[in-house]
Amino acid sequence: MDFPLMLRVFPFFVEAAWVTVQISVLSLLLGLVVAAVIASAKMSGSFVLRAFGSLYVSVFRGTPCLIQLFVLYFGGPQIGINLDPFAAGVIGLGLNIGAYMAESIRGGILGVDRGQVEAARTIGFSKLQTLRLVVLPQAARLMIRPLGVNAVGLIKGSALVSTISVVELTYTAQRFIGSTYKPFEIFGIAALLYMIIVYAVARAVDVLDRRYAIN
Amino acid sequence: MQGLDFSVVTPYTDILLMGVWWTVVLTVTGAVISFFFGIFFAVAVLYAPKVIAYPIRFFMWLFMGTPLLLQLFLIYFGLSQIGINIPALAAGIIGLGLHFAVYNADVMRAGIVSVDVGQTEGARSIGFGRFQTLRYVVIPQAVRNTLPSIGNNLIVLLKESSLVSIIGIAELVHSAQLAISETFRPFEFYITVAALYYVLNLVLETGLRQVEKQVEVTR
Repeated sequence: MDFPLMLRVFPFFVEAAWVTVQISVLSLLLGLVVAAVIASAKMSGSFVLRAFGSLYVSVFRGTPCLIQLFVLYFGGPQIGINLDPFAAGVIGLGLNIGAYMAESIRGGILGVDRGQVEAARTIGFSKLQTLRLVVLPQAARLMIRPLGVNAVGLIKGSALVSTISVVELTYTAQRFIGSTYKPFEIFGIAALLYMIIVYAVARAVDVLDRRYAIN
Repeated sequence: MQGLDFSVVTPYTDILLMGVWWTVVLTVTGAVISFFFGIFFAVAVLYAPKVIAYPIRFFMWLFMGTPLLLQLFLIYFGLSQIGINIPALAAGIIGLGLHFAVYNADVMRAGIVSVDVGQTEGARSIGFGRFQTLRYVVIPQAVRNTLPSIGNNLIVLLKESSLVSIIGIAELVHSAQLAISETFRPFEFYITVAALYYVLNLVLETGLRQVEKQVEVTR
C-alpha cells in the first residue's frame, strides 16, 4: 500500500465525493417528484393515465440506466436537447429512480388497510380528505424503508454518470487508476468515501423506520 | 439538428445481434457464478470458522457499499497489477458474478436461517452428517424459498451487464458504440439497444415467472 500517494490524492476524492452527494441529492428530489406523478397516474381513474404510468415504469425499469443516460446525453442533441454532463446526469438518474420510487409509493398506499378508507368515507370525509388525512400519513410510514432502499441504490447508481464525464467519485477513481497504476490504493479511497455516504444514509433510514414504523 | 432515421441501424443488424449474444453469455455465466458463490458465501458466513467467515463478511460489506462500476475497475486493473493478466471478458464475468453473489448471499443467508430447525434435527437424527444436512435438506429448501429474490437479482444482473462495456467487452452497448463511431447516430442506436434490452428483460421475467409457478406447484 502506497500511503503517501493515498494522502496526496485524497483531497481530489473529497471534492469528487461532494459532487457524488450533489448528484444524488438532486436526482433524488427529481425522482420523488416524478415518482409522485407516476404513482398518481398509475392509481388514477383514467385508463389513459394508468396506461401511461405503467408504460413509464415498465420502460425505465426494463432497460439499463446506462442506456437511458446515453440516449439523453449523446442522443439528446439529435432531437434538440443539449445538456451539460451534470444536468444530463441529474435528469437521467432522476427519471430512472422515479420509476422505481413510484412503485415504492404505490406499494405504501396499497399497504394501507382498505377498512381505513371505508371508515373515513362513512364518517363523511371527502375522497381528498380521506387521502390527505387518513391514507397518506399511514402510507408514508410504510414507504420509508422501500424509498430508503431506492435512495441507497441511487447513490451507488450515480457512479454511472462517470461515463458521461461528470467528475464524481468513480470518474476520479478511474482517472487516478489510469495515471498512477495503483488500483488497490485508489479503490480503497473511493470505496471508503462511498461507504461513508451509503452507510450513513442506510443508518438514517433505519433510524427513521424504527421511529415511525407502525406497531 | 438532423432528422431521425432509423434505417441507419439496418446495416449493423449482425453486429448488434452479436452484442445481444455476448450480453446473454455474460448474464448466464454471471448468474451461474453468482448463484453458487452466493450459496458458498451464505454458508461460510453462517457456519465457517471465524478466520473464513469474517473476511467473507468484510468482502460482502465492501461490495454492498460500493458501485459495481468501481468494482469492475478494481478487478480489471487490480488483477493485472498483481501479475494476473486475464482478458476483459473474464474480468467482466468475475466482476458481475462476485457482485451479485454478494446480493444472493445476503438473501440466501436469511433463507437458510428461516428453514425450520425441525428439518435439521430430523435429518441429523436419521444419521445425516452436518454437511449432508445442509446439502440435501436445508439449502434446497432455502433456495426454493428465496427464488423470487434471486430472480429479481438476476433481472438486475441482465441490465447491469451493460456496465462491462466500459472495460471494453464487446457486448450489446459496446457494439452500438462501434456502430455510432461510424455513423454518428447515437440516438437511433441507443434507442434500438434499449428496445433489445427491453425484449431480453421481458423474456427473462416471463421465464422466471414460469419457474416460480412450477416451484409453487411442487411445494
